Amino acid sequence: MNISSVAIGQYIPGESLVHRLDPRTKIALSLVVVVALFIVKSAWAYAALGALIIGTVAAAHVPLKMVLRGLRPLLFVMVLTFGLHLFMDPGEPIFRIGKIVATDKGLAQGLITVARLSLLIMATSIVTLTTSPIAFTDGLESLLKPLSFVGVPAHELAMMMTIALRFIPTLLEETDKIMKAQMARGADFETGNIAKRARAMIPILVPLFVSAFRRADELAMAMEARCYRGGQGRTRLRQLRLGSLDVAALVLVTVYAVAVVAVL
Amino acid sequence: MSDTIIEVRDVCYTYMRGTPLARQALANVNVSIERGELVAIIGRTGSGKSTLIQHFNGLLKPDSGSVVVGGRDIWRKGVALRDIRRKVGLVFQYPEHQLFEETVAADIAFAPRNLAMSEAEVDEAVREAMRVVDLDYDALCARSPFELSGGQKRRVAIAGVLAMRPEVLVLDEPTAGMDPRGREEVLAEIRQLHETHGYTIVLVSHSMEDVARFAERLIVMDGGAVVMEGSPREVFRNREDLVRMGLGVPQVTGLMAELAARGLPYAEDVITVEEALHTLLPALLGAPSASASASASAGAGAGTRAGNGEGEVGE
Amino acid sequence: MKPVIRVENVSYTYDGGGPGEVEALLDVSLEVAGGELVAVIGHNGSGKSTLAKHMNAIFVPTRGDVYVLGMNTRDESRLWDIRQTVGMVFQNPDNQIVATTVEEDVAFGPENLGVPPAEIRRRVDEALAIVDMTGYEKSAPHMLSGGQKQRVAIAGVIAMRPKCIVLDEPTAMLDPVGRSEVLATVRRLAAEEGIAVVHITHFMNEAVLADRVIVMEGGRIALEGTPREVFSQPATLRRLDLDVPQVTELAYELRAAGAPLPRCPLTVAELVEDIAALVGKGAGLS
Repeated sequence: MNISSVAIGQYIPGESLVHRLDPRTKIALSLVVVVALFIVKSAWAYAALGALIIGTVAAAHVPLKMVLRGLRPLLFVMVLTFGLHLFMDPGEPIFRIGKIVATDKGLAQGLITVARLSLLIMATSIVTLTTSPIAFTDGLESLLKPLSFVGVPAHELAMMMTIALRFIPTLLEETDKIMKAQMARGADFETGNIAKRARAMIPILVPLFVSAFRRADELAMAMEARCYRGGQGRTRLRQLRLGSLDVAALVLVTVYAVAVVAVL
Repeated sequence: MSDTIIEVRDVCYTYMRGTPLARQALANVNVSIERGELVAIIGRTGSGKSTLIQHFNGLLKPDSGSVVVGGRDIWRKGVALRDIRRKVGLVFQYPEHQLFEETVAADIAFAPRNLAMSEAEVDEAVREAMRVVDLDYDALCARSPFELSGGQKRRVAIAGVLAMRPEVLVLDEPTAGMDPRGREEVLAEIRQLHETHGYTIVLVSHSMEDVARFAERLIVMDGGAVVMEGSPREVFRNREDLVRMGLGVPQVTGLMAELAARGLPYAEDVITVEEALHTLLPALLGAPSASASASASAGAGAGTRAGNGEGEVGE
Repeated sequence: MKPVIRVENVSYTYDGGGPGEVEALLDVSLEVAGGELVAVIGHNGSGKSTLAKHMNAIFVPTRGDVYVLGMNTRDESRLWDIRQTVGMVFQNPDNQIVATTVEEDVAFGPENLGVPPAEIRRRVDEALAIVDMTGYEKSAPHMLSGGQKQRVAIAGVIAMRPKCIVLDEPTAMLDPVGRSEVLATVRRLAAEEGIAVVHITHFMNEAVLADRVIVMEGGRIALEGTPREVFSQPATLRRLDLDVPQVTELAYELRAAGAPLPRCPLTVAELVEDIAALVGKGAGLS
């Protein structure tokens, strides 16, 4: 069911142009944009890339709120970085707070750094918001496959990601059950200092680990019973195919990004 | 005059309230448990029984309504939930999944230690708990719980709750996943806890046949509400409703109902094999075709083989 | 006709087994024919699970041989053919599902076999229809009930087009609703799809559905026969720590006390018939 996927991988199902792109296209383009963000320096360039990203968000019919939510964990870092640039960078003073001086160049640099961070996160968020976990792992596997010649286990990595995604909700449920069972025996996970609380986690972590190993064992047996023997000779139900939409997106976005880097 | 040890008044509870996944699990539920009772709560998966029992020991807080244990509203300020959790011992389904300590004794001691009992008290509690569930202290106390058999692990887990010396023992499907022998052992132990050691017991179960044998009172839940309550005999009279709720009745009860439908109404409130035997035997021995062969069969005694039994086939 | 599975004088022992029971097998022989529904019952430790795991080469016998459509399970070169022929469903509904959606998981087996994509699609849809889970293709496994998960697991095996499915205590962790869903599916498999089914269980009322019942004890076959033959010996079964359906036990007690019931009933309907006939209300066909 789709609602649960929203909780995990941030995926919001939909039929927009962005949703319909091949996952490989989205992963590749997000890389292009990220690289561009690291190269450019001018405010105009950031504005242009920002416009591209916001435009994509609009095209994806994803509420801006969801995209901005991805910024929340880094809010503290961004404010800190902004403050450091504002008050530490050399330049013409704008205002003072006691002995601390805010400079114009500091303001500019602070804004640029914050902009870069935000746009980076937003660019990658678009991928996870519009791509289902399966499609994402398929795309990643496909992109990494050429690298298997140099020893990158593309199929195994994709399989591990799939299994991890599959079991996250199950493991969360189990953690909850174990916590409740230990609380029923008087365990307390809330009070006490860091050391005490860390120790209190043992009655949860040990059973969880024991159970995880047992699961892995049983799952492996079930997989082998269904003739799993690695990636050799495997076919896929779902086939990834690049369509005209993908080609158009790849060309347009890459050209735009290159133009921004070169000109601005 | 029995006293009420747990009382749930007008409790409502919704999971994930305020999100698109919100699901109401309990709707105005009223339940009371008297001291010394053996009560069974039955209902299909999703009926709210697991949610209800987690309210008994304060693991879940009701959205509205109150929970009173030993005369005290447990959500009032000043009530330590740890006290309540000591009084109302809750054993979850597959309790062996909560074992974590290096030795059996240490694991069983977890609860007493959390309750800040002295080491002497803890040791006494562990020994007593193991005795009650028939685990040999000397043989097992120093072993790793992970080395034990499934049945032993489960008993260690139950002992871990008994070591708190609770007043009420709530068991969520204690026979889940066990084979017939294991089920009989656990049920016998529960009966012993009730009859010999005087525990008040609340059992959550899926097996109509088990609750028919043991429970004094049944609480039937469906769709987050209590829909029926009474002695097993009373409750199992509502066979059609129970079947509709996905529950059913003991097989022999169904048998008597089918016979009645065929125009053979013997006593209707039969809930165990023994009762069915006593009800049907006179009727069958007195049956027209029975009298002649009855004496012959009775003479041959027990051990008559049915049909074309071929005896044992061994390898 | 060649049996799908032939177990020939198989013994299996393992030393220093880890936590839990050490199950062993002692000189077990049996055959499973195409389209049969065989129930294997016994308490924990009787060897029934160990026996099951010999049928798809998870275990290889210490002595004796197991043949799947003539292939010896010791032959490592035929391992994958053997596992495609004999599929297995395990006890824990969660620990068999590997993908994030139902259809992906059912497709897992065919994908491993290198089946072309269009054919995989067909098989997935077919298998889900057989287990009555059509419409759940895009569902995530953790949103399903235990019975639904087990049916998905069964579909995952059916999609590999096996000749036999071994179900190792498939209902042990399910609630009554889940159990009846899985049982209905098992019956359909044997009756309609012609797949041989080996059903390991400790629930007696499930075993009554089988064509043949094998009772295991201490690594050996203690009893074998039709359900009626096996269940007409409640004393033996009780000695083996197994129970019988209430109606079967009741009929046995009634006969022991002198009531001339003609047979060992396996279901409520059968006992109703027998009692009605006895009391003279006519043995009408129900």
